[in-house]
Amino acid sequence: MKPFAYARPGDVVEAVRDVVAEPNAVFLAGGTNLVDHLRLGVARPDLVVDVRTLTSREVTGLPDGGLRLGAATTNSQVAADPRVRERYPVLAQALLAGATGQLRNMATTGGNPLQRTRCVYFSDVTTPCNKREPGSGCSAVGGYTRYHAVLGTPAALPDPHAPETCIATHPSDMAVALAALDAQVQVLGPDGERTIPFTELHRLPGDDPSRDTVLQHGELITAIDLPVLPAGTRSAYRKVRDRASYAFALVSVAAVVTPDGELRLALGGVAHKPWRATRAEEVLRGQQLTEDAVRAAITAELAAAQPQPGIDSGNGFKIPLVARTVLATVRGLLPEEQS
Amino acid sequence: MDAEITLRVDGEAHRLTVDTRTSLLDALRERLGNTSPKKGCDHGQCGACTVLLDGDRALTCLALAVAHDGAEITTADGLAPAGELHPVQQAFLDSDAFQCGYCTPGQVCSAVGVLEEFERGWPSHVTEDLTGRPEMSHDEVAERMSGNLCRCAAYVNITPAVQQAGGAR
Amino acid sequence: MTDLLEPRAIGADLVRRDGELKVRGTATYAYETPVEHPAYAHPVQATIARGRVTAMDTAAAEALDGVLAVLTPFNAERLAATDDAEYAVLQGQDVGFRGQLIGVVVAETSELAREVADGITVRYEELPHDAELSADRPDLYAPEQVNAGHETDTAEGDVAAAMAAAEVTLERTYSTAMYHNNPLEPHATTALWESAGDGFLTLWDSTQGVHPDRAAVCQVFGLEQEQVRVICPYVGGGFGSKGLPHANVMLTALAARALPGRPVKLALTRQQMFFLAGYRTPTIQRMQLAADSRGRLSAIAIDVVEQTSKVKEFAEQTGVPTRMMYASPNRRSTHRLAALDVPIPSWMRAPGECPGMFGPEVAMDELAEELGIDPIELRVRNEPDVDPETGKPWSSRNLVRCLREGAERFGWSGPRAHRDGDWLVGTGVASSVYPTMRQATSTANVRFEDGRYVAEIGAADLGTGAWTILPQITADALGVDVADVDVRIGDTRYPVASVAGGSSGTNTWGSALVVAAREFRTKFGADPRDGDEASGDVDQAGQDDTHSPYAFGAQFVEARVNADTGEIRVPRLLGVFGVGRVINPRTARSQLIGGMTMGLSMALHENSAWDPRLAQVANHDLAEYHITVNADVGAIEAHWIDEHDPYVNAMGSKGIGEIGIVGTAAAVVNAVHAATGVRVRHLPVTLDKLLTALP
Ligand SMILES: Cc1cc2nc3c(=O)[nH]c(=O)nc-3n(C[C@H](O)[C@H](O)[C@H](O)COP(=O)(O)OP(=O)(O)OC[C@H]3O[C@@H](n4cnc5c(N)ncnc54)[C@H](O)[C@@H]3O)c2cc1C
Ligand code: SF4
Ligand code: FES
Ligand code: FES
Repeated sequence: MKPFAYARPGDVVEAVRDVVAEPNAVFLAGGTNLVDHLRLGVARPDLVVDVRTLTSREVTGLPDGGLRLGAATTNSQVAADPRVRERYPVLAQALLAGATGQLRNMATTGGNPLQRTRCVYFSDVTTPCNKREPGSGCSAVGGYTRYHAVLGTPAALPDPHAPETCIATHPSDMAVALAALDAQVQVLGPDGERTIPFTELHRLPGDDPSRDTVLQHGELITAIDLPVLPAGTRSAYRKVRDRASYAFALVSVAAVVTPDGELRLALGGVAHKPWRATRAEEVLRGQQLTEDAVRAAITAELAAAQPQPGIDSGNGFKIPLVARTVLATVRGLLPEEQS
Repeated sequence: MDAEITLRVDGEAHRLTVDTRTSLLDALRERLGNTSPKKGCDHGQCGACTVLLDGDRALTCLALAVAHDGAEITTADGLAPAGELHPVQQAFLDSDAFQCGYCTPGQVCSAVGVLEEFERGWPSHVTEDLTGRPEMSHDEVAERMSGNLCRCAAYVNITPAVQQAGGAR
Repeated sequence: MTDLLEPRAIGADLVRRDGELKVRGTATYAYETPVEHPAYAHPVQATIARGRVTAMDTAAAEALDGVLAVLTPFNAERLAATDDAEYAVLQGQDVGFRGQLIGVVVAETSELAREVADGITVRYEELPHDAELSADRPDLYAPEQVNAGHETDTAEGDVAAAMAAAEVTLERTYSTAMYHNNPLEPHATTALWESAGDGFLTLWDSTQGVHPDRAAVCQVFGLEQEQVRVICPYVGGGFGSKGLPHANVMLTALAARALPGRPVKLALTRQQMFFLAGYRTPTIQRMQLAADSRGRLSAIAIDVVEQTSKVKEFAEQTGVPTRMMYASPNRRSTHRLAALDVPIPSWMRAPGECPGMFGPEVAMDELAEELGIDPIELRVRNEPDVDPETGKPWSSRNLVRCLREGAERFGWSGPRAHRDGDWLVGTGVASSVYPTMRQATSTANVRFEDGRYVAEIGAADLGTGAWTILPQITADALGVDVADVDVRIGDTRYPVASVAGGSSGTNTWGSALVVAAREFRTKFGADPRDGDEASGDVDQAGQDDTHSPYAFGAQFVEARVNADTGEIRVPRLLGVFGVGRVINPRTARSQLIGGMTMGLSMALHENSAWDPRLAQVANHDLAEYHITVNADVGAIEAHWIDEHDPYVNAMGSKGIGEIGIVGTAAAVVNAVHAATGVRVRHLPVTLDKLLTALP
């Protein structure tokens, strides 16, 4: 770990100013991802600006009936909040499916969606990785791809030497639920505040895999807002993993079904970003939400999926697994007579 | 780069100088000589370094010491006065809930945190009814204790120990 | 036949003597030893798999404030012995595997040592590497012998002819993955070199045997035994990886010798352990079974392919249990190795039996299915009267009793599969076996001191319970109350003890203690005086060579597979074992359930995903290398039958540390097959292997 300066400014405005002033500065919240990466040499900042005690630690009601999660609320706190448990079970379940009790006590609303990929090559500074070391190549192609993407990738076996290649997935569970909920991200930057729809926070690798999100240097998440859902909305999160607990998702599904039968669907463990299944949602629009219709819709969503070959047979299994998990999750949300 | 901080550890205040890079775990183990919290992975992947940090269970390997200036820390050694045992510790002894003992202080602190979380009515991944109060069942305890790896695999003794300490059967 | 001790303390359910220290966290492990003014060391590792280090730029590092030493192949002291290439750290520029130690930085703080070590620029001359195991490599070779001195190949009768003639045959290939021991306490050492006189080295090392550890260090550094002391009262697990020192111990000693008077601490990081602390080789097992329609075997054969490192050979004895497990007139076992540019494999809990009972025990289930015979019955029909390998009678063999009692307790009878809501449920069974071994060296002292009996032996407690059970044995051998006995272990100041490995500790150390205690009584009678002392050697203990000593067991599994996602859960795991007399049921049960849980972990979770392009384990940390967590564990029961074995030792006990992990993975595979119809022949059993068969 290389040395760095540490600062805890008086307020968020100062924090943003401090980070903007130092090109190689980062924010620190719970530290569960950043400290991991500092120690691995994956993150090498000159300045660490601690915002954990500066941003809000409250969950507050919004005038329209939604909820605002302060950036410093912990994952445990949000998952235990009675309003979240009652109105946004998909979010409580996603949070509780992530990490462990100890980690959730530290991890924050601001930090969780900004955690970086668990690609094993990204974490290992002795191997090429475009996300960590732009232009160095991608070690994952043809390697250990079990936790890698099948959606939003250009091809099975992209060029490992091309600077734009990255087949990593975004590892957050919380983010998948937030994508399905159409959450809004409140951001404070050097030029003031802005709101970003959660589904637009994360990006695909495009030509710069080193960037996970659309946030600019120095932009601070101050809160995440959950919009109000129609009364009677049901939602659930299902995570499929390699052990019963304390493991990242192979695939995960966040599903929200409104009383008039609209499905909002987001997928985890399949793409560089929490994947809002817009294609499937489109197919279903105006249709009765039956198992067959959902099956057809998810098949349409997965039509472009690209299995990545690799060690231990690669990750092609994710494609049928996603379809099965979506069906099982949505089935659980349908009124009895439809399922 | 050095920083001066204060930590209250097991009831005693310490003023110490740390590198900004120093984890809370290394501050405890290498600066204060409190080796009750263990280092199993140094990356949040095993739970051996669990302590109670300002009352909640937390991993000290992923906490920067500078960021926790003024914190109140309880390690397994601080749960009970010398010569006595905390009910969780007693239950671990009674159930033979450990072998090599390396994960144990972390398990014990985690268990104390888990019991408090039950007390607060916090749900877990296996809680069926999210709006209700979770029971201290085997599955609930096992899920909540899953952040503490035990390579000796004392799990089948750990879960009942936590239940015993929690007054459940 | 040995003279069995009258059990009084033996068999008692005593709480661990080191328990209070462990639940408080005040038992000190190697790295934690309180020493004056320690310095901290961090290794430098090669980032190529094969080639040469041509230069290391250390000038800037050495100039840094707080850096105490930077050792590389270019400046490190020359060691006395370099014939063991694993231990010859920093002795040459050649790189034989990725992650090999090529340097060490010692500094005033651990943060600085790591920063500097990670920052050293290394130049290499890289050569192409060869790091992919397969059964059809043309360069597979037969080692001279396999681990523990077993023969590489054995053959009896004519397997091919039996296969051609049999009513039913089965020919299948199975494989086990690469596994890493991953004790929760990383391999760690505190070392202090005092240069006065001829010099004296103290090592507080995390080891399964202080004496073997010292012997290796003495050899490498050319020191006399009197010049080295190894201390290790507590070990945070090892499962074989701390059975012999690895290169990190030599590196720490080197660093300490460069800084006389300054204690140096070095703990491998979890990631580094995937390169430097040994591992279980992946195995490929080709099984052949031939049987008549009633299930009587006419042939059993196993041909094993596995890997070793070009740097140092380790040949795991995977084929060994097939040699003795079941009766059959025609038998064969072979071992072939691929020597690769890879880290050095080593011992991991039940080397031989653990991987080696996977293929055979799945094959038996497959054969039973083929024949339409209950798998327990199939095993019973192939029960050998004497050890098929040696022809000797068994010291005691209660496999059938274990199978029958297990079946009873588990509720085996009835259909093996059903559906319960979203879950496909199946049951499976497999046999366990482990040899009862005694090491050749171990000495114990018994002394009367301040009205108490004190036994001393350089034994180790890895969590096995030695701190607690050695007093029990000593007390019964002396005929006194166990509360009046203290035992001191984990220090080379005490008499020599063998490694805690091969489930031989209790057998070996206990036998030495019994000799010492009996000698003590003979010499000093019932009323000793302060300071009276006697010693005993394991080689003075009665040893029976006319019987074949093994522990046996049976393991039963209920597996549930989610019909939607293929997720696998094991709510029930039940084992019944014949392990002779149990010294302490509490610690014994923990050993058995610990082994079984690790077997479950091997079946479902563990897999060092090998990346042959880089020649390293891709998932080299504990977030991605999954070991079973609490939530994966349902009810795990370990039972034992009342077994009286007069041939093994004075305690009547067989080893229990390893048998629990033997057979578990096969039982899981067999249960998953019952649930889903999918026979997973290549571990681990993960959901992706089941998806296509789900409804
Ligand atoms: C072993 C392990 C297992 C885990 N398992 C899971 C899992 O199963 N599912 C899951 O979802 N997660 C898992 N996690 C990840 C964990 O949830 C994240 O590390 C955590 O949510 C990050 O939050 P934090 O507050 O600690 O962030 P930090 O580590 O403090 O920060 C993370 C990143 O966000 C930036 N940042 C933080 N706050 C802000 C802000 N307000 N505005 C702008 N930038 C900010 C930081 O600069 C940094 O880049 C696991 C972690 C570990 C170590
Ligand atoms: S997939 Fe992305 S993160 Fe992983 S090695 Fe390739 S570029 Fe790096
Ligand atoms: S040492 Fe902190 S979680 Fe492993
Ligand atoms: S007791 Fe050894 S790791 Fe848990």
